[in-house]
Amino acid sequence: MSDAAATRTARSRWLLLAPALAVLIFAASGPLLIVLVYSFLTPGDYGGILWEFSTDAWFNVVFEQDFFTEEVTLADAHLSIFWRSIKLSLLTAFLTFVFGFPTAYFIATRPKDKRDIWMLLIIIPFWTNLLIRTFAIMELIRAEGAINSVLLALGIIDEPIQMLFTEFAILLGMAYVYLPLMVLPIYASLERFDFTLVEAGYDLYASRWRVLRKVIFPLAKPGVIAGSILVFVPSLGAYVTPRVLGGGKQLMLGNLIELQFGAGRNWPLGAALSLTLLAIVMVALILYVRAAGNEEVRHG
Amino acid sequence: MIEIANVSKIFTGRGAPFTALDDVSVTIRENEFFTLLGPSGCGKTTLLRVIAGFIDPTHGAVKLEGQDLVKLPPYRRPVNTVFQSYALFPHMTVAQNIAFGLEMLDKPSAEIKATVDQMLELVRMTPMADRKTSEISGGQQQRVALARALAPRPKVLLLDEPLSALDFKLRKDMQLELKRLQSETGITFVFVTHDQEEALTMSDRIAVMNAGDIRQIGGPRDIYDHPAERFVADFIGDTNFLEVELLATEGETARIRLPSGVETEVRAPRDGVAPGPVTLAVRPEHASLSGGDGAALPGTLANVVYFGTDTHFHVDLDGGARFVLRQQNQPGTAQGWSVGDAVTVTLAPGVGQVLRD
Ligand SMILES: Nc1ncnc2c1ncn2[C@@H]1O[C@H](COP(=O)(O)OP(=O)(O)OP(=O)(O)O)[C@@H](O)[C@H]1O
Ligand SMILES: [Mg+2]
Repeated sequence: MSDAAATRTARSRWLLLAPALAVLIFAASGPLLIVLVYSFLTPGDYGGILWEFSTDAWFNVVFEQDFFTEEVTLADAHLSIFWRSIKLSLLTAFLTFVFGFPTAYFIATRPKDKRDIWMLLIIIPFWTNLLIRTFAIMELIRAEGAINSVLLALGIIDEPIQMLFTEFAILLGMAYVYLPLMVLPIYASLERFDFTLVEAGYDLYASRWRVLRKVIFPLAKPGVIAGSILVFVPSLGAYVTPRVLGGGKQLMLGNLIELQFGAGRNWPLGAALSLTLLAIVMVALILYVRAAGNEEVRHG
Repeated sequence: MIEIANVSKIFTGRGAPFTALDDVSVTIRENEFFTLLGPSGCGKTTLLRVIAGFIDPTHGAVKLEGQDLVKLPPYRRPVNTVFQSYALFPHMTVAQNIAFGLEMLDKPSAEIKATVDQMLELVRMTPMADRKTSEISGGQQQRVALARALAPRPKVLLLDEPLSALDFKLRKDMQLELKRLQSETGITFVFVTHDQEEALTMSDRIAVMNAGDIRQIGGPRDIYDHPAERFVADFIGDTNFLEVELLATEGETARIRLPSGVETEVRAPRDGVAPGPVTLAVRPEHASLSGGDGAALPGTLANVVYFGTDTHFHVDLDGGARFVLRQQNQPGTAQGWSVGDAVTVTLAPGVGQVLRD
């Protein structure tokens, strides 16, 4: 390609990007900037902010200062919420993968005319209101709920298992809610998958398990990566599910942030926590994509 | 080596049951280039997939060196396939594709490397070992597919129309290449094609299939010169069919009476046919217009078509049948007949094959 032509393509590329960039800068970065500014201000007594510069909010994200002794300690309450959020989000991504992969595989191997119906069944819950879906899970796992009733009736347990308001409940709820986000991208990559490759694998002495590992999984990997990002990111900031199923006892980051803007009346801390959440997401994504990319290079 | 005994395959899908293989029996010999030839939908792929293990036969047995294959899953059969679509693994390089089978057999890595190098050499792909399979041409992909299937040294290599996606020139090259590979490796090839010319030029033996059944098995010459029945004669090469009367058979020769009343001797069908009305098959290049010894069939020249290497003469025989002759062109000399001339088609003794049905 000549230099002039190269410049021309470069220029038209920027032109094509311009609308997207404009939206990103004004619609996405604008609010983000406001949040950033707020995180360096002083909380107002009844919520809102005072226009006085302060780094207290950022300090308070990870540290606590005793009111009387002025002793500085790590903010255990916050840290345990960070940890729970990360842990539950990772587990959610893992759980949705474990259930989502076989589901996507199953659908992709159905005859063409049947696949849409199966996909529809996966997507329908997604069209239902999030709260309703979350309450449905609650109905299943509460003390007098369906699962406990059945187990009691069968005599497998003597008293109801406490499932509601535990981390397990949050995990179950999030996995249920976000499952389609895992199934869809995996299905998309498997749908284009050429199943004679599976036969070629069998033909070349690979057992079922090895065909899955060496042929199907590597080719479905872009879908798995996309799916786990799509599940992990909203899980980390989830608000409704931990609120309902964690019952205010098992807070996650989303709840903590909401608390600062509500009852806590500490908007700057809420803003700082929001940005921390964003930072965790970014770091996690960079690490993940890099690890997945390396894998790609090693296995070709 | 491979014994296929009374194999049937009945597909029971949503529609009516469909018999794709109808009581097929054939024995494929060691080191043989064996071709399954037949029109589209006759069951070639189905038979190949039964041998590979992707399809369970409804009835019958498949044995390899006496060992029953039917119970073994595909990954336990010492048989490899070159797929029609090649089915190369897109996430692996050329070399990784070739190594795959050996890795799955848990061979030591030194051995794998040596074999892969040797295979790359064999199919002349060494310079492209580290390319992705999407970065090589169709013909090169075909060679990689071949190398991948040969690398584990299978006892039998199954090839399902591996050349059908290639253009004419490449196809001719690959035909020679396949032949070379087969004789160099000494592996039994079972080759599927619906191209009769390809079958004739490459095979040691050919099985001609139609509608789920093997109609005739034999060497290329045998099949071409002595088709057993109308379908085989028609499917392979061009043939003239004449309605004649069989008078008597004696060993390989049969006495027949032509419609013109002339009696002559032709080849008898192998499995014996009762005297009476039969069909005689005559290849266009086996008959002659220039007289000579043999039975004469008078007629009128209806058309002359020039083909470069040869010329086709369409003769309307007295009595109504159309007969096509083919004669090789000689340099400088024009053929001496023109349309409308009264001509005589001559069948030399022994030319013509009486068909089974
Ligand atoms: N899974 C199946 N279910 C039902 N019928 C099938 C199935 N597979 C093949 N058939 C039918 O069996 C017959 C033989 O198919 P096969 O693929 O063996 O043909 P082929 O000789 O390889 O043809 P081609 O030259 O077109 O590849 C066809 O009529 C086909 O429609
Ligand atoms: Mg076929």
